[in-house]
Amino acid sequence: MYVAVKGGERAIDNAHAWLAEERRGDHDLAELSVAQIREQLSLAVNRVMAEGSLYDPDLAALAIKQARGDLIEAIFLIRAYRTTLPRLGASLPVDTSAMRCDRRISATFKDAPGGQVLGPTFDYTHRLLDFKLAADGEVPKAPEATARDEPTPHITGFLNREGLIQTEPDNEQTPPDLTREPMELPAERPLRLQALTRGDEGFLLGLAYSTQRGYARNHAFVGELRIGAVAVEMKIPELGFAIEVGEITLTECETVNQFRGSRVEPPQFTRGYGLVFGQTERKAISMALVDRALRWKELGEDDQGAPAQDEEFVLSHADNIQATGFLEHIKLPHYVDFQSELELVRKLRCAAGAEDLQEAAE
Amino acid sequence: MTDPTDRQTWMSLLAKAPSAELDRLWQDTGLAPGYTYLRAPEAGGVMVRGRAGATGAPFNLGEMTVTRCSLKLDSGEVGHAYVQGRDKGHATQAALVDALMQTAQEAELRAAILAPLEQALSAARAARAAKAAATKVDFFTMSRGED
Repeated sequence: MYVAVKGGERAIDNAHAWLAEERRGDHDLAELSVAQIREQLSLAVNRVMAEGSLYDPDLAALAIKQARGDLIEAIFLIRAYRTTLPRLGASLPVDTSAMRCDRRISATFKDAPGGQVLGPTFDYTHRLLDFKLAADGEVPKAPEATARDEPTPHITGFLNREGLIQTEPDNEQTPPDLTREPMELPAERPLRLQALTRGDEGFLLGLAYSTQRGYARNHAFVGELRIGAVAVEMKIPELGFAIEVGEITLTECETVNQFRGSRVEPPQFTRGYGLVFGQTERKAISMALVDRALRWKELGEDDQGAPAQDEEFVLSHADNIQATGFLEHIKLPHYVDFQSELELVRKLRCAAGAEDLQEAAE
Repeated sequence: MTDPTDRQTWMSLLAKAPSAELDRLWQDTGLAPGYTYLRAPEAGGVMVRGRAGATGAPFNLGEMTVTRCSLKLDSGEVGHAYVQGRDKGHATQAALVDALMQTAQEAELRAAILAPLEQALSAARAARAAKAAATKVDFFTMSRGED
């Protein structure tokens, strides 16, 4: 029997009104502005842009405010908004070697041209709570030094010159876009990289960590990590030339991995690659490790059966909006589904009970 | 005929300019030319691409918001704009500047709008570069094994 029911509108409206009130919090305290979130919670904003797959700091800050700081909810809002935007075109691939680096470090070469530039990092802080931040306080101005004019070439370029690292040739193909066509497996590397860069930071961190602990170990060094601004260029059809349509901050991580050679490749270093919107260092390193683990097939390595090597597993579960959508839907009304389960269990128990009685009688 | 590289430069500058800054400079010029939209300001997304391993196969990194606009001055010049973000006023002003840069008012606009925007951009970049430079590590040798 199917019984359609209706109701709950008043309850829903009132729940949402209460949500708005709770979002505002104590009225004796000043309301947070979107600009304050954008400026002072910028790493949260960056995560929402990266996983929301839309670079717009103001929108990400608004989403964080609306979501009461629930970043996955904020990412959900951005993804939903993104689908309403007409696609004006695609950029030329960004030139990260021309990045104006706020930060640029290499764990492999101490004296890399361009130097080791720490930038605004949490590294080397003591991770002690700073109670000065709980009081109002002026922040002293950061020291300045003479800006360097020297170029900051990619570290892997040096290894490349000696032929010690696998080259990354440009295939000049238009990359597949998983926001336009459903993801097909097996996926080529460009599709994997798109899925990874918008994937959940926590999921990728866990997978990347698993490779370090021995599940598809490939011993990664951070060859280079750089954070800074790059220009985004797009060809303008009506003008026939490319202009910069804006500037975005990116985090790029290139890992250098041990590789003993295989049936198809000579002994050399190989690479994992991470490129993520915003200052998102943990995510970019995680992406590079997982990218490298997923490359086992094209490099002729053994399938160790590790989760991080399983393309279908990784790509099907990296998206936190798909994941949370499916996970959270089970809390919504399933009265009819459950009713049928209930009847089934009752019938089975009845049948089992009848058999028991019969056995007892015999 | 306008030099495309020159036009590329000013269009790129206008795209990246903070909307409030452009608006202030535009208002200060007191210019109010008549125009009609060929394409009204429209916010959309541009798919930003990267390359695997920085030099390899292109891949889709994610979208960014961009607003475009095309208009025609009453005097006939056509201006285009593609600017970062969702500010329609920004796109309209950028397209107006692009159109006026093709008129006799070029020098005036260069001095009143483009030069100050360029200076502000350079100053902001220089400030970040100076802070980054202060965080460059200077290694020094503590001890050497051969002593």
